[in-house]
Amino acid sequence: MTTVVWLTEGTWPACVDAARALPADPVRLLHVVDAHSVEAIDGAHAGLLGRAAGAGGAEMLRQAQTALLDAAAARLGRPAERVARRGAVEREVVAACADADLLILARDGDRTRLGPKSLGRTTRFVLDHAPCPVLLVWPDAPPGLSTLPPPPR
Amino acid sequence: MSTAAAILILIGVLAFAVARPFGLPEVVAAAPAALLVIALGLVPWRDVGAEIAALGPTVGFLAAVLVLAHVADERGVFGYLGAVAGRLSGGSPRRLLRLVFGVAAVVTAALSLDATVVLLTPVVLATAVRVGARPRPHLYACGHLANSASLLLPVSNLTNLLAFGAAGLGFGQFAGVMTLPWLAVIGIEYAIFRRWFAVDLGTPARPVPPVPVRVPRFALVVLVATLAGFGLSQPIGVAPAWIAAAAAAVLAASRLVRRPAVESVRLVRAANLPFCGFVIALGVVVVAVRSGPVGAAVAGLMPHRTDLAALLAAAAIAALLANLLNNLPATLLLVPLVAPSPGLVLAVLLGVNIGPNLTYVGSLATLLWRQILHARDHPPTAWEFLRLGAVTVPACLVAGVAALWAGLRLFGLS
Repeated sequence: MTTVVWLTEGTWPACVDAARALPADPVRLLHVVDAHSVEAIDGAHAGLLGRAAGAGGAEMLRQAQTALLDAAAARLGRPAERVARRGAVEREVVAACADADLLILARDGDRTRLGPKSLGRTTRFVLDHAPCPVLLVWPDAPPGLSTLPPPPR
Repeated sequence: MSTAAAILILIGVLAFAVARPFGLPEVVAAAPAALLVIALGLVPWRDVGAEIAALGPTVGFLAAVLVLAHVADERGVFGYLGAVAGRLSGGSPRRLLRLVFGVAAVVTAALSLDATVVLLTPVVLATAVRVGARPRPHLYACGHLANSASLLLPVSNLTNLLAFGAAGLGFGQFAGVMTLPWLAVIGIEYAIFRRWFAVDLGTPARPVPPVPVRVPRFALVVLVATLAGFGLSQPIGVAPAWIAAAAAAVLAASRLVRRPAVESVRLVRAANLPFCGFVIALGVVVVAVRSGPVGAAVAGLMPHRTDLAALLAAAAIAALLANLLNNLPATLLLVPLVAPSPGLVLAVLLGVNIGPNLTYVGSLATLLWRQILHARDHPPTAWEFLRLGAVTVPACLVAGVAALWAGLRLFGLS
């Protein structure tokens, strides 16, 4: 049984902890560099014409990705496959789950206003299209029952 | 006939600058093109001399400020700003965005947009990663503010320098009138970013343990003194290029003494002389276009009054042209046509500085070229930029022009 752990900035430790709590099946740590972020850097460089210098967006973000995967592997504390991808995040994640038996991902969005829109677009897309069971975890302590809104009248 | 030739040559120069075949610098096409327009008699010698004399100080400043930003980076100024922003954010992506806005606005205003794009962006990325914030909103913020926060000072953008002389304003006056538009535009950008990136900014990050970072006191003091120097030197007739060059020399001195040969090469490379040559050559080619019927037609389009509607029209035309051509040639073309009026020159600057955020990469031509280049290896990313630009640019233009209108009246310039 292969478990894919989708790591995103800020929320990844909760996903790794969830994977660690499962039986010791093969784990695949996945991070996707967002193509838009690459373009945000490269596009701004292009706007400077020949004044642009230094590393491109892909290289800068790849270094950050490697560091994140290293930190996640260390936190997991057992051997794991590492998958580094780049592109449209939601599609890359779904593609990386093609042969997976479980996908672990974290909720994102605003924790102070729980509701239909508290999942981001990317996470929502992955949930809707994941080709395997999904384990959706809270990035930190789950909310108490007191956060439940009053029932509609 | 001669007009068509001039336009074709300009298009050729810009196409080369966009495509950069074999990574060659833009000047490789621009310099022969400038010689060609002179040889064809499209520009009289007299005008060539005048244009080069007018562009000289501007290009000198560009070279000096590129070196200054480079040595400030080596002294750890940008790393320090990133560390401070990370610490003050307390692990809140929203607070980090506010700090990134503040830092990017100040860096752009003081050291020009190049410093924000080339030197600050990697630091902001590293800070976002350390804080555990999603980098996208912060990277977009750097890109957007590099353009829209470059309104404040004559030294904040190459376009401002090109227009500064023509506006007939002092350094302090320019900064005074542009303060309101600068603040208005940054405020609008921030409000839109907060909504646009709500999910990314709402996702919790984690507070960072403070990383020990040395405060680059000397460099910060020199930079503040440099800014003051820009304002004080202009009335006594000293070009800001000399102030920037002196500051760069002060900051580079210790390294220069230690390894003179190596450091000099690095400094000269930082000055990007090929690009400086490109600006001068481009200026000559644009004179050929401006002095023909095209210039007359555009001049006919430009408003002559400085009421709110006229300022808005000038800014809108400038923004449109900046997106068609790239804002450098747009500035070279438009500023002399509205030159007697400081209000219209500043409105044109609002257009050419804010406008590029629409296509984000400088111009439509660059955007199309990049889409062709990257069609195979990544998904089309242009739409997201265009959608964000379509929201921010019109809003910023309207708010900026309204603030400019108020600023002009406040300073009795209309």
